[in-house]
Amino acid sequence: MRHRRRTWIPGLLLISPSLILLAVFVYGLIGWTVNLSLQDRHNARPAKGYVGLDNYTKLFTSDINDRFTHSLKNLVVFTLVFMAGTIVLGLIWALLLERRAKAEGFWRTVYLFPMAVSFVASGVVWRWLMNTGQGDSAGGINAIFHGLGLGFLESPWWTDPDWGMAAMAVPAIWQLSGYVMALFLAGFRGIPEELREAAVVDGATTFQLYRQVLFPQLTPTILSALIITGHMSMKMFDLIMSVSGAQWLTEVPAVYVWQTLLTRDYAKAAAISVFLLLIVAVVVVPYLIHVNRSEKRS
Amino acid sequence: MRLSRRVAALAVAFGTMFATVACSSSEEPGEGTKKVEVFTWWADGGEKAGLDGLVGVFKTDCADYEFLNGAVAGGAGSNAKQVLASRLQQNDPPDTFQAHAGAELSDYINDDQLEDLSAQYTEWGLTNAFPKGLIDNLTVGGKIYSVPANIHRANVLWSNKTVLAKAGITKDATTIDGFFADLDKLKAAGVAAPLALGKDWTQQMLFEALLISKLGPEKFNGLWNGSTPWTGAEMTAAINDYKRLLTYTNKDRDTFDWTDAEKLLMDGKAAYQLMGDWEAADLDAKGFKDYGWSVFPGNGNVFQWLADSFVLPKGAKNADGTKCWLKTVGSATGQAAFNQKKGSIPARTDVGTDGFPAYQQAAMADWKTATQVPSCPHGSACAQTWQGAVGSAQGKFSSDGDVAALQTALASAAAEFGPKK
Repeated sequence: MRHRRRTWIPGLLLISPSLILLAVFVYGLIGWTVNLSLQDRHNARPAKGYVGLDNYTKLFTSDINDRFTHSLKNLVVFTLVFMAGTIVLGLIWALLLERRAKAEGFWRTVYLFPMAVSFVASGVVWRWLMNTGQGDSAGGINAIFHGLGLGFLESPWWTDPDWGMAAMAVPAIWQLSGYVMALFLAGFRGIPEELREAAVVDGATTFQLYRQVLFPQLTPTILSALIITGHMSMKMFDLIMSVSGAQWLTEVPAVYVWQTLLTRDYAKAAAISVFLLLIVAVVVVPYLIHVNRSEKRS
Repeated sequence: MRLSRRVAALAVAFGTMFATVACSSSEEPGEGTKKVEVFTWWADGGEKAGLDGLVGVFKTDCADYEFLNGAVAGGAGSNAKQVLASRLQQNDPPDTFQAHAGAELSDYINDDQLEDLSAQYTEWGLTNAFPKGLIDNLTVGGKIYSVPANIHRANVLWSNKTVLAKAGITKDATTIDGFFADLDKLKAAGVAAPLALGKDWTQQMLFEALLISKLGPEKFNGLWNGSTPWTGAEMTAAINDYKRLLTYTNKDRDTFDWTDAEKLLMDGKAAYQLMGDWEAADLDAKGFKDYGWSVFPGNGNVFQWLADSFVLPKGAKNADGTKCWLKTVGSATGQAAFNQKKGSIPARTDVGTDGFPAYQQAAMADWKTATQVPSCPHGSACAQTWQGAVGSAQGKFSSDGDVAALQTALASAAAEFGPKK
């Protein structure tokens, strides 16, 4: 008994600094935000007391122009386009490189490189690429279409009421599909070579090989790619802010929090933050449980 | 041994860090009776020059006190506002801080964070030195809480003379209909988007200028003090005109800052831009001489103002020194020194025009005789929360052009954030 305690105490001592930091700066702050979101608190004034879930219900009932619901809808469109785009592109690139292509390292770097660029920097570049000036004053993509005589393809991009949010997902896809490719590549490499050989010996065509042997093995990777891209898109702030300056058309909850904070409506901003945290948790928590379980198994 | 030395070094480093923090709190600005901490976001350019001019006057007029610069740079004032909010929350206000004059102060007033300066207004003779319209806009519940350092005008229409001449326009339009006719002429002359426009707050400015023309100054003031309804037929007509006005603007307006729109004007791709009078200083600085200006068509003798002002927060450590600073801010010499360098005009009407550039001299003359109205995007007409709601409604309208939705949104914004009856 005494021996046991001796090993337990130093362990706790060693871990306690990080536990304390984690408790204060991560969960403490989350708790503080939740607490703030339940209060009537605006501007610099002290809290006027607790109002229960008022700040939350107001987001759906008295928000002018249904701004919050609108930003949620935007988020859904962005997430769907972004996830589909990165996963499809990432998969295509992984398939191209998967069979030990020539100069694989080079191409891998080429695809991965955009991820090394900061969101703000690429946002600024995409802001120019999606320059909405038409005809002579067009820049970037529109200028190329104009020059090629494909004027009908010119678009105001992210100020287009129908396609604005989908257009916003394009820079995000550009930036992160390489990362998804790396995930898939690792997934392919994790499949035992014997499986592939056995399938070939059994006379499987290439299509059958991928469809029936390799892709099923890739399911866990696809799942993590979905989760990772999903939660990335929910937190997307810097890219949207730097491309569009967060106009009405492309406003998402993360941006709305920021705008609300600028008008010093602290309680409302806290409520939006907590709501966003809950959505991300819905996506991430099941995944973490799944990962923990599969780690235990292996 | 080596490790323990490293640990010791780290400990010293941390110790120093905390010691610095501790020291800084004992050397808090404004402590003692001499220092007056002046909190602004004027950290560079013409704004810094203006502040320096004001400080020069303060040093001679208030020799007993010492100026302490509490400027917080960046984010067009948003960094400073966050710092200020947290300092006020911790009951550690600077001796005075910069804020837009008018309704934007209502947040602080409602929270009981500002001292009433009405007595000082009488004592320093400000009640007569400022125009009555300004005094009315500054008064909240019979009290005045700030001293404006300057005045900017919001409802100015800037133009490119060459573009206008090419389209055969020789006279400034004085009515909205006349303006539409000129815009049509420009379109016919091949200027696809004659009215350059930028995003959010610049759209709010254009909309307000149009509202002044359509409703007149009294009803326009009423929108902000609650006496004019946002739901009326006049409003609907005004929004429809605004919708028509947008058809003359660049389609990519939502991607443009005011300086991007200004560039369209300078490049001759647009003929007009509605912007505050800081545009004059900017065009001069960029070496563009070919500009003209007029009051927005139909605004007549209405001067839509916005102002930077200083306040006396409750709990300021050096209230007497602050009062001396505020007196300097409100004085004729202080206002002349500040505004000649910042490119705005004095709020007082008795400051001589010597040393001011041509545009400012004209604006100073207008300021004396004009009818004053405030502006929401610049905080003189509405609080920040209201401003945010109007901004998003305007942003939505810019993309969908839904007249009824804009009117409903503006009305609900006024109901939620406007004055409660």
